[in-house]
Amino acid sequence: MSEIDIRKVVQEELNNIAPEVDLAAVGPAADLREVLDIDSMDFLNFITAIHHRLGIDIPELDYPKLLTLNGAIAYLTARLGSAKR
Amino acid sequence: MPSLGADMEAGTLVEWLIKPGDHVKRGDIVAVVETQKGAIEIEIFETGVVEQILVGLDSKVPVGTPLARICTELETKPGAAAAAPPAGPAVLPPAPLRPPPIAARPTPPPPPTAAAGRQRVSPAARRLAEMHGIDLSSVTGSGAAGAITYADIERRIGEVPVTAEKKRAPGLDLDAMRAAIAAAMARSKREIPHYYLAHQVDVTACEQWLARLNATRPPDSRLLLGALGIKAVAGAARRFPSFNGFYREGKFEPGSAVHVGFAIAIRGGGLAAPALHDAEQLSLDELMARMRDLVQRMRAGRIRSSEISDSTITVSSLGERGVEALYGIIYPPQVAIVGFGRVVERPWVVDGAVGPRSVITLTLAADHRVSDGHAGALFLAEIGKLLQEPDKL
Repeated sequence: MSEIDIRKVVQEELNNIAPEVDLAAVGPAADLREVLDIDSMDFLNFITAIHHRLGIDIPELDYPKLLTLNGAIAYLTARLGSAKR
Repeated sequence: MPSLGADMEAGTLVEWLIKPGDHVKRGDIVAVVETQKGAIEIEIFETGVVEQILVGLDSKVPVGTPLARICTELETKPGAAAAAPPAGPAVLPPAPLRPPPIAARPTPPPPPTAAAGRQRVSPAARRLAEMHGIDLSSVTGSGAAGAITYADIERRIGEVPVTAEKKRAPGLDLDAMRAAIAAAMARSKREIPHYYLAHQVDVTACEQWLARLNATRPPDSRLLLGALGIKAVAGAARRFPSFNGFYREGKFEPGSAVHVGFAIAIRGGGLAAPALHDAEQLSLDELMARMRDLVQRMRAGRIRSSEISDSTITVSSLGERGVEALYGIIYPPQVAIVGFGRVVERPWVVDGAVGPRSVITLTLAADHRVSDGHAGALFLAEIGKLLQEPDKL
């Protein structure tokens, strides 16, 4: 799966949580909790959805790496890449 | 038409899920009613056979109006029993079945002839259409007798560009919700003599316990601190009954069970606190699953009548990005609300030495007609104590 596909999955799942937010307008380094106004339950739902769609089980300790769009995409790309090898 | 909140006067029947001749049992969802709080699924309080539907689709009727007649198993011949008694029976035994006096029975509305010409839609399809703002009259059904199916709506979603506005809060009218919050809170401030207490609690033990547990679990079975908080409140409410129940008609009715209302913020500005039934009896895993389900259904605008009216105490939590303390307003006819602030890291003395600990501020707003600050302090302290031993929750 390419980085573009991963970006699409991340954006779709974030949009499921915050439907009214235009993710194209969200800065790549902005704190998603702030700009999307999501709480811990929303974030857990996001992590759960990523697990179901990409098969990546993200441990709690890694949550801070997924708090920005760029961070989430870089993290998931790296995890998917290392899973293939 | 059940009362789904202190200030509801009328509701609009938008969907029947039963028809005459159907067998129903207590707890079945039989209809959907549109209220200020959004679409509410109405559960039935009796077991029996549907005899007659009394209120047609899209009719707005006052609270207390019989919606349907159920022939209960106790009755030997078809009799009259209101389908949905006024809400709030969670703490009371069900009223004995008695046919209502004839004079009290409203003239039956005209039979729901509208239904004959109405498009048949499966409930799942209706829900999906609502979520995506699709006008059902514009969809051609492919199911039996032209019924609109889930697949029909899915196909339609592919065709229609969905605007952000429509997607925002399906089934929820946020202006109406604001009006309902305003009415309930104004009534609370008018009628309930609140007193307030606050208590700082070290929740490091909870956080460490959760981290260890969640490290062994996939995301869909992880727990959040909020579940521990609700379990602790439920446990304390069991021990201190004067914070759990309803104040009605000049007296306090202690709850027979602990149904914790769980305040959920609605995106776009709204709030509701549907009930987690029997929270004290549930395991943390069950409680967490119910919380996730409730949040999802609440945000999709689908909650059940008993969830709206049964809460015997409320918990409101600011989550991880708020401020340190939240002073709640009691939701009438309840008598207490517990607030959880944000977890903050603070210097704290443990065993004679100062160290960094995770600390949360708990607050209690309680009804002085029912309890005093002394009991309130013991109740709040009990919640803090229960949070020191998360493995025992």
